[in-house]
Amino acid sequence: MKQLPLAALIAASCVAPIASAETLNVYNWSDYIAEDTIEKFTAATGIEVNYDVYDSNEVLEAKMLAGNSGYDIVVPTSDFLQRQISAGAYQPLDKSKLPNLANMDAALMEGLAGYDAGNEHAVIYMWGTTGIGYNVDMINERLGDDAPTDSWALVFDPDVVAKLADCGVSMLDAPTELLPAAMNYLGLDPRSTDKKDFEAGAELLMSVRPHVRYYHSSQYISDLANGDVCVSVGWSGDVFQARDRADEAENGVAVSYVIPKEGALQWFDTMAIPVDAPNPDAAHKFIDFVMDAQITADITNYVWYANGNAASMPLVDEEITSDPGIFPTDAAKANLWASQVYNARQDRNVTRLWTKVKTGQ
Amino acid sequence: MTQGVVARGRAWVAAVPGIWLLVFFLLPFLVVAKLSLSEAAIARPPYLPLWEWDEDYLTITLNLGNYRYLIEDALYINAFLESLRIASVSALMCLLIGYPMAWCIARARPERRNVLLTLVILPFWTSFLLRVYAWIGLLKPNGVINNMLIGAGLIDQPLTLLQTDFAVILGIVYTYLPFLVLPLYANLVKLDGALFEAAEDLGAQPWQTFLTVTLPLSVPGMLAGCLLVFIPAVGEFVIPALLGGADTLMIGKVLWTEFFNNRDWPVASAVAMVMLVVLVLPIMLLRNAQNSSEELA
Repeated sequence: MKQLPLAALIAASCVAPIASAETLNVYNWSDYIAEDTIEKFTAATGIEVNYDVYDSNEVLEAKMLAGNSGYDIVVPTSDFLQRQISAGAYQPLDKSKLPNLANMDAALMEGLAGYDAGNEHAVIYMWGTTGIGYNVDMINERLGDDAPTDSWALVFDPDVVAKLADCGVSMLDAPTELLPAAMNYLGLDPRSTDKKDFEAGAELLMSVRPHVRYYHSSQYISDLANGDVCVSVGWSGDVFQARDRADEAENGVAVSYVIPKEGALQWFDTMAIPVDAPNPDAAHKFIDFVMDAQITADITNYVWYANGNAASMPLVDEEITSDPGIFPTDAAKANLWASQVYNARQDRNVTRLWTKVKTGQ
Repeated sequence: MTQGVVARGRAWVAAVPGIWLLVFFLLPFLVVAKLSLSEAAIARPPYLPLWEWDEDYLTITLNLGNYRYLIEDALYINAFLESLRIASVSALMCLLIGYPMAWCIARARPERRNVLLTLVILPFWTSFLLRVYAWIGLLKPNGVINNMLIGAGLIDQPLTLLQTDFAVILGIVYTYLPFLVLPLYANLVKLDGALFEAAEDLGAQPWQTFLTVTLPLSVPGMLAGCLLVFIPAVGEFVIPALLGGADTLMIGKVLWTEFFNNRDWPVASAVAMVMLVVLVLPIMLLRNAQNSSEELA
């Protein structure tokens, strides 16, 4: 049974490393690029692209730490980037090959520098927040006008969540994002690494646990769109994708995304070049190509995630730039927090508490 | 001279599976065993080396802490027990469903047997992953089964079928049923028909014949079939990940968490080692069952 997918996996991994001078192996998140970006890159440079996708940082990290992945471009999220840099997984960028760096938003790149000092190893691909997606009608039906749709109370207040249990509550299976959000709701510092704070956050999550249907990081997109769940802690762009899918299906489901007033995690997905990339030259060309104002604008217009490219902003659809769920207002920005990188012991604390939240053990 | 050639020929033939086992079982096993004694680190690869040459000194560091950790935290033992429970229940369910199937196929006319056997194997022609996803479509709150029940007026609220232990066991039974049916069929079809005639001549009712003749003779087949379901089910990851709820605690998921979320390859390896040891016992039982069924044949 399992031999079959395994064989396919082996076959796939054998294909990736065979890279001549004219191919580039890209490993990016699923549903995270415009339909024509790769085509345009090949047309502009003559470099063929092998494009693979993943749906979790953990899977990417396992490949980066094992080494010899065969990829030239990968897209880790900021806190994972930092740890992988300290493990020696990425090569420094040759900025002389990246003239389009001038297009990048200085303030956002400085935010990224908190994870990658001097922006030596990575540039921002897209960024977003971890907030709440919900089914407008189902919430309204159960909570009426008092629904706290602007607050984490929608998923963290046991009395509120209990009323939503029947229509389906989901959370990301991402302990390093959920625990800080819970800590923040309790008035604690979301960037704290104190074990007591973690435990307090876990306790809150456990109090709503009986009403949560599942913890998963991609299934909620289709479930929100189909009305199989009515509220999800999720990533901004993914919730907008759910809204799009519901619109396309014309199934009467209205999905909305909110950055709760208490604040939310802001993360950056970044383009980086593995230290053992077979074709770093083409990788630089790809990064520079994506940093082109029009190309980045095309991607944002397609995936509904904010980018870090100041020059692209005039080319982004107004529907997107004016949406506070994608480009938060200054007031909301003040409440965003950056993820904290944990050491091994803290990591173990966090994942162990997360297992406890999920399984009760 | 000729004897030597035959012996050498035999050695060569035996060497093929021997090398296979060496390359695909023993070597990976040793790598995992070595890893399980290492220590996690933020590095590439993410663990510290087991030995170091420094000048003339060879330093070997063995970290037994990973195993101690598995004992100290009840999570791992509970996950093992829960996996064993789910796998046992699944194997038993497979037996209850699979035994009548195997028996009917074995008793069918020989020309129909092939058709029936093909039907048992037919699901394998579709990807296993697709079939598990199909179960999601059937079981989900908005899915086929709930919609039918609501449409028929039997229930008002959708039943929670998905993300439960029930769904996991259902998925395992569905997926692994052929692994039970096939060895059991092979066992049943070989039973000597004269035994049943003798039982009948001596006045036994059909159910008496079944209980006192067929059932005892098919024990090796049942054992082989159950173990072929039980062993992979214990370490199953895909089915609990897709059909199980967050509180479905199985060792395959724990292993995933250790490897990917904690980046702790050494503890993940220790879990894998313990799982192997836990499974060696059933594998040895399987060997015995096979040996005794060969003797019977």
